[in-house]
Amino acid sequence: MAAFIGRRFISMLITLVLVSVVGFIVINLPPGSYLDVYRAQLMVLGTSTAEQQIKALEKRYALDKPLYYQYLKWITGFVRGDFGRSFQYNREVSELVWNRLGFTVVVSVCSLVFSWIVALPIGIYSATHKYSAADNIFTFLSFIGLSIPSFLIALVLMVISSRYFGMSVGGLFSRAYENAPWSWAKLVDFLQHLWIPVVVVGLADTAGLMRVMRGNLSDILSMQYVQTARAKGLPERVVIYKHAVRNALHPLIMNLGMSLPGIISGSTVVSIVLSLPTCGPLYFNALRSQDMFLAGTFLVFMAIMLVIGNFLADIALAMVDPRIRYE
Amino acid sequence: MADTAVNLEASPAVPIDQERSTLTQTELIWRRFLRNRLAVIGGIILIVFYITMVCFPGFFSPHNHLIQREDYISVPPQLPRWFDEEGKFHWRPFVYGFTTELDMERFEWVHFVDTSQKYPIYFIARGEEYKLFGFIPCNIHLLGVEPPGTLFLFGTDELGRCLFSRILHGGQISLTVGLVGVILTIILGSIMGTISGYYGGLIDNLIQRLVELLMSFPDIPLWAALSAALPPEWSPAKRFFAISAILSLRNWTGLARQVRAKILAFREEDYTLAAQAMGASDRRIILVHLLPNAASHIIVVATLSIPGMILAETALSFLGLGIQPPVVSWGVLLQHAQEVAVVMDRPWLLLPGLFVVLAVLSFNFLGDGIRDAVDPYSN
Repeated sequence: MAAFIGRRFISMLITLVLVSVVGFIVINLPPGSYLDVYRAQLMVLGTSTAEQQIKALEKRYALDKPLYYQYLKWITGFVRGDFGRSFQYNREVSELVWNRLGFTVVVSVCSLVFSWIVALPIGIYSATHKYSAADNIFTFLSFIGLSIPSFLIALVLMVISSRYFGMSVGGLFSRAYENAPWSWAKLVDFLQHLWIPVVVVGLADTAGLMRVMRGNLSDILSMQYVQTARAKGLPERVVIYKHAVRNALHPLIMNLGMSLPGIISGSTVVSIVLSLPTCGPLYFNALRSQDMFLAGTFLVFMAIMLVIGNFLADIALAMVDPRIRYE
Repeated sequence: MADTAVNLEASPAVPIDQERSTLTQTELIWRRFLRNRLAVIGGIILIVFYITMVCFPGFFSPHNHLIQREDYISVPPQLPRWFDEEGKFHWRPFVYGFTTELDMERFEWVHFVDTSQKYPIYFIARGEEYKLFGFIPCNIHLLGVEPPGTLFLFGTDELGRCLFSRILHGGQISLTVGLVGVILTIILGSIMGTISGYYGGLIDNLIQRLVELLMSFPDIPLWAALSAALPPEWSPAKRFFAISAILSLRNWTGLARQVRAKILAFREEDYTLAAQAMGASDRRIILVHLLPNAASHIIVVATLSIPGMILAETALSFLGLGIQPPVVSWGVLLQHAQEVAVVMDRPWLLLPGLFVVLAVLSFNFLGDGIRDAVDPYSN
């Protein structure tokens, strides 16, 4: 096991380095540099120290040096937690990221839990009652769930809830509580707002998970060891939950690793429509205004989460399934 | 097995088993496919979509999709009717006209249905000019009404452009982005997958690392970053292809992995060894023995990845990073429906979303049907 983890760890490190290189290249793809934008902004303000400020920034990020030097400078800062500076907000990127990370994680973890809680029982039911009326309905619903863009669901839900329930949806707080300190009433208000993003973000995953669970479990139910278990006279409950479901969960563990970056990116498009204070909208704004340190930090952050997620999923899989260790 | 029974009656001399055994592989696949009703329906919807939207959007739309009309701003859908206000039945469907007033309080144009103006709908009517296939000037539309009547089946947007016509033209872009992207995916994915699986060794290792690297980026954020990097001065056509390329840039990795796995398995099969023993070249073995075997798999994966591309293009354009106006795609159209207040006022602006869902749903059903049909061991 230790050797397996060691091997995976080294290959993860290599991937991480490559990811940061590609991320950096993507940041630098757009023509024109963010400093040009910043310079223009300062010019408008007419600050007399503009040139000095620009020079200082140029020096700080080594923007006058070749690209590989800039990369080295950026990545060494990145490791130490200095992600650069957002030109649009005129603040440190790290500050902006930490500000939003809390809500992002809450929304995403909740929707992840939601989708697992809904999808697994339905998947198990569908696989054990294949082609029954309920299974057909669930299958059809899951296809529809996979086909509707989640931002559309968000829009429709918002319209319905404001037309028929008179509730303002969007954001995570009512206006009264937005800047209020945390209190009991604010928490209640937060929870009232939380369910829509959780359901909307979770729904797309739910449909996919349901399909995967149904497929896996019905494959496994036709295997011989399941027949053996039945022949031994074990109760059906034990056969399904102890023998079959356990093995059907393997691909889902892989899936869990893949959804780790989703926790950061937090279903970007939905967050924009619902105007949530999460990382997604910030990332898009950064892309639009060429605020590239901010955008790049997010992109690399998400990629790192994905790589780490895959690494953790691999280890979890190896623990559940000994065959994988001896690949 | 109703269909076998019918065939039996048609040719009573041939017993079932023998008749089945004379069917070619293609016929068997076709048969299994037809049995899946949802897949067939999906396929039919897509054929209709591609004919009306990709081939002849100008002919099927009653208006020119780019013309702005100040007098018809945000008009609600005009539904074809067969019964008039007195309950009299008309064989030829008609639409009512509008009277427009200015609401002085909100300072907006308000449209009222005016039952005194009746415009019968004609088939194959002359109307506004458009370009057939993009270059032949033409003014014949499937449906039309006599001027000054209008036929806004899905209403108009805030510039008075016919939404139905815009949806058809938007479909032209949205549906082809998926196709072009998938073609690129197939080309890249099968070439890389085959090389990786057949030659193995260092090349295989390099390609697999590349695949892993690309898979390490979350899809929507990566696509968004790359589209944001596209120079704004690019022509619409260039931008369109660039976006398809960006979408397939990450998408080919999944296909490459699956093709590699298939090729690895086929490489050890007896027929491949026999071909090698007879001195066949690598090229011949790959093109004649390996790829055709993986073809059905490639097609399935490709079909199932089209919906993802359509959804991605819609999301990107919706956020303003994809296709840029005046070119329309479904995502561009949905941009108008970004605010709840607007949607509450003019719910018909959500209709492009319905088409996205229909297209994606049909592709999912079709892909599922093809997957079940090409697998010879499925029942």
